[in-house]
Amino acid sequence: MPAIEIVDLEKIYAAGFWRKRSKRALQPLNLAIAEGEIFGFLGPNGAGKTTTLKILMGLVFPTAGTARILGMKLDDPRMKAQIGFLPEQPYFYDHLTARELLRYYGQLSGMDPKQLSRKVDTALEQVKLSGSANVQLRKFSKGMLQRAGIAQAILHDPKVVFLDEPMSGLDPMGRREVRTLIEELKGQGKTVFFSTHILSDAEALCDRVAIIHQGELRGIGAVAELTASVHGKVEIVWQGGAVPAGIRSMGAECHSAGDTMRVILPEENQDTALEALRREHLRLISVVPVRTSLEDYFVAQLGTSAKSEAVSPGT
Amino acid sequence: MMNTRILHIATNTFREAVRDRVLYNLIAFALLMSAAAVLVGQISIQIERLVVINLGLTAVSLFGIVIAIFIGIGLVSKEIDKRTLYTVLSRPVRRWEFIAGKFFGLSGTLVVNTFFMAIGVFAALAYVSHHFERSDVGILVALYFIILQFVIITALALFFSSFSTPIFSAIFAFWLFVIGSFAQDLRNFAAMAHGTTGLLATGAAYLIPNFSALNVISQVAHGEPVPHRLILLNTAYVLVYSAAVLSGAVLIFERRNLK
Repeated sequence: MPAIEIVDLEKIYAAGFWRKRSKRALQPLNLAIAEGEIFGFLGPNGAGKTTTLKILMGLVFPTAGTARILGMKLDDPRMKAQIGFLPEQPYFYDHLTARELLRYYGQLSGMDPKQLSRKVDTALEQVKLSGSANVQLRKFSKGMLQRAGIAQAILHDPKVVFLDEPMSGLDPMGRREVRTLIEELKGQGKTVFFSTHILSDAEALCDRVAIIHQGELRGIGAVAELTASVHGKVEIVWQGGAVPAGIRSMGAECHSAGDTMRVILPEENQDTALEALRREHLRLISVVPVRTSLEDYFVAQLGTSAKSEAVSPGT
Repeated sequence: MMNTRILHIATNTFREAVRDRVLYNLIAFALLMSAAAVLVGQISIQIERLVVINLGLTAVSLFGIVIAIFIGIGLVSKEIDKRTLYTVLSRPVRRWEFIAGKFFGLSGTLVVNTFFMAIGVFAALAYVSHHFERSDVGILVALYFIILQFVIITALALFFSSFSTPIFSAIFAFWLFVIGSFAQDLRNFAAMAHGTTGLLATGAAYLIPNFSALNVISQVAHGEPVPHRLILLNTAYVLVYSAAVLSGAVLIFERRNLK
């Protein structure tokens, strides 16, 4: 039984003043995520990631299709006791301290009152908020709120954890800590479903990823499988003053440093380019495949228009 | 026994109101009652009790109504805007439990607020008349009716908050309070009207909350007793009316997409 099963899930919103226009936020979506898997849900802003998560959390109702988590329906309270959720850019009751907030959520999750205090302390420690446990959340920075959000999502030891943009608002150290935390969750056998538009996070963490754009699933699979499907490039370096006309006509990226020339061109043109170098009696230094990244795959699926929205770490 | 999730949501709502300094209104109320007691003691002869009871209970009612409307209208919409609701409803909390918890939380806040204001009214009364009379028990009944008004207003504010913006919710709730305060006049008009007007007036008269039946301030100030039957009928009326309004809020909220 998959931990998360999504079948033909679709969402159309009514739009406009008279609500006569419709906006399709999610095309029929099918996904099956196994227990213990770290699954990345990727896409540019407005792709339908948050809509999918909101449907799974019971916050938005699907227009069509069904989904089950741990084999149970989305409105089943038994299922909800076994999942954790971090919304995008979380905002919490700012009149509460971090400890009070976690106690409140623990109570709502039906946690054993005898164990609650200990579990709250453990969760605060995991996200490095023990020192601010008794500070009201209105005094928290964005990064601290994100940590509190992660703490409330894992507090009750859920089997499945949903994280919507978990690295958002965190500094590099914080991002690294969250990565470690997600790896720890996997080590504990939990299923993690997280959405992000930061591709390096997904590449580093996920067993599988799905790419969604304009509400439509564009690709799904292990990162290695997906990147292998993208036609690769090679880097050729040689010594000699000029770029042979045959190589130039291939549309290669050319760089020079003194007498050393370097070009990057599609893999299928490699033999032709090497033949051109031999003809010109130029000294070959190296031929190196350029590693295809998830970003290359992402851009190939979405087109260059999405590239500006898929950001690199630190942006 | 109350569902524990409702209890936790109600407690959090109460704590939020207290920490957001809602009970600071008590300071303004205390100042008002002190000033009134001193002034009345100086300017009125024989009618000190009447003035203090009238003024005190009216102030209790108005202070509470303002709090009920202005907190009530944000109970749901604020949670949606700030997205605090997402982490609550992703837990084993049903939407009706959330509405019920919010309702009990704000009602509890208003009861505590009224309790402290009631102490202020009795203190002012003791200051101007130096003694209590047997008929002053009626003040407790009037306070109970005022709390019943708060219960209805809280339910209405919550109802409007479940689908409307805070500004519209405040306008709707306030006007219903104003119109409801003249509910008896509307019923009298409906009884005299005929045809479509009569039907519409009768429908409106029974649809809007009857706040006039819950206002016995003048009666109590004059030392007149409040019939037991009225206490019973008003209690039943408020329970049924609030339950109906809250059911409407739940029905709307259960179907709402939290975008």
